Amino acid sequence: MSDHALNRRREERRARFLLLAPAMFLLLIAASGPLLIVVVYSFLTPGDYGGVVWEFSTKAWFNVVAQIDFFTEELTLADAHLSVFWRSLKLSLITAAMCLLIGFPTAYFIATRPAGQRDIWMLLIMIPFWTNLLIRTFAIMELIRNEGTVNSLLMAMGIIDEPIQMLFTEFAIMVGMTYVYLPLMILPIYASMERLDFNLVEAGYDLYATRMQVLRRVIFPLVKPGVVAGSILVFVPCLGAYVTPRVLGGGTQLMLGNLIELQFGQLRNWPLGAALSLTLLMVVMVALIFYVRAVGREEQRHG
Amino acid sequence: MAKRGFDVRRQPGFTTIAFVCFALLYLPIALLVVYSFNAGESIAVWEGFSLRWYVSAWENEKVQGATIRSLVIAFTASLIATTAAVLAAMATTRVKPWKGQTIAFSLINQPLMVPEIVTAVALLIFFAMIKKATGYTGLWYLIVAHSAFCIPFAYMPIRARLQGMDLSLEQAGADLYGSPFKVFKRITLPQLWPGILAGAMLAFVISLDDVVITEFVKSAGQDTLPTYMLGQLRRVITPEINAISTALLAISVAMVIAFFLLSRKKT
Repeated sequence: MSDHALNRRREERRARFLLLAPAMFLLLIAASGPLLIVVVYSFLTPGDYGGVVWEFSTKAWFNVVAQIDFFTEELTLADAHLSVFWRSLKLSLITAAMCLLIGFPTAYFIATRPAGQRDIWMLLIMIPFWTNLLIRTFAIMELIRNEGTVNSLLMAMGIIDEPIQMLFTEFAIMVGMTYVYLPLMILPIYASMERLDFNLVEAGYDLYATRMQVLRRVIFPLVKPGVVAGSILVFVPCLGAYVTPRVLGGGTQLMLGNLIELQFGQLRNWPLGAALSLTLLMVVMVALIFYVRAVGREEQRHG
Repeated sequence: MAKRGFDVRRQPGFTTIAFVCFALLYLPIALLVVYSFNAGESIAVWEGFSLRWYVSAWENEKVQGATIRSLVIAFTASLIATTAAVLAAMATTRVKPWKGQTIAFSLINQPLMVPEIVTAVALLIFFAMIKKATGYTGLWYLIVAHSAFCIPFAYMPIRARLQGMDLSLEQAGADLYGSPFKVFKRITLPQLWPGILAGAMLAFVISLDDVVITEFVKSAGQDTLPTYMLGQLRRVITPEINAISTALLAISVAMVIAFFLLSRKKT
């Protein structure tokens, strides 16, 4: 290589470095770097009034799933944590299923509109998504409170005599998360469906398939990567949800996000909070790997 | 197709579900907006039209403070994030693949992948260390945190715009002895402008709406509008919250529609 070419490459590399520096600096000090500190903190000893004592300990990680009784020194599972894990997992799965149930037909509806209309329908889906998550959660809260719209309506119609307690239950959290994250399901399914070749659907009918058979054997397999992607896109933020369970669960129906906050607030066990955060992060990373694979398959198929 | 009276695209019930879905998406928000104009103190019993809750929110000093703080943070953070994103997009788009590009991408996208609560906790720990070491407790912690998680949102539309741009104009500029900076200013930037604006607006909305990270990073007395509202939800709720929500909603919806029109123009 000539000196000239070498110089140019060096210059290019320098320019690239300078261009990337501001973004990378910001992300390192306010995103990636602090994550490494969380890893360190999860191996330290909790301080008496929050914070940490710089003493190595694996107790926090151990306490994520188990505990030793203070008096009897008996080893038991950390039931309180496990029940929160279980609730997070359960509600996230149900929410993803609910979103799929509503989102799939909606995405299909939008994808079968005339090409010029589709953007507008998708905009209608995306507008609520880009509005404040807290406000949307609050809107659900107003709806399902004891004095809320749903209960007032049911009572006025004489269906019930007393308001049904919906707020501060797992049901409330599930409804709230479905409402809040539904667009995340519709978006990728719509993206797959828009590219669906309806000649294949027609061929199915020509071969005497019923509507149900066409849906199950032709349409669904073709948009499956979109369905997988959407389900994961909903599942992941549900798992780490904080605002929705705090507002709609009322501090009794904790999810992982709230359990983590508790360690940094009232319970003053920062290392345990750090270990719980990293546990959440690891589960999310595994889910995201599946997501990347689903999207990759989609791109392969459509080239 | 139409002649046979059989539409291959039709699936029974799907249209109904879709309309129910649209209704469900907008009904709760619509109710929230309607009750912000309630004359009574309730958010469930309608007692006539009034603007009293907008007046009361407007005169509430805490709301005033939170509003100004929210706007200052969102404005500064989106400005910083957009600038950083434009530069980063220049280095990662329309170039030969280079070593470390994947790492740069995953760093930029990190705020989208890591759960917000985890980032919030990480920042709480990190900033607590800095606060202890320096004694500084001002707004810059929030601004830096917001700038960082806004970067991917600003980056996406800018990168998309840049990818769709023709390189030949810039090459022509360089051939005519334009310095790299001049070529960027006179050729790249004017074409990139809609993408930059779209990215900045997205970043602004994201920053304005953030709850979780702000809640963990803020020092005492640094409530933004969303964290102020979160605190209020534990008390008796009056339509004042609805009024604040409606105002915030209006800003977000206006921004999103503008963003939609901007990003549509390119095709």
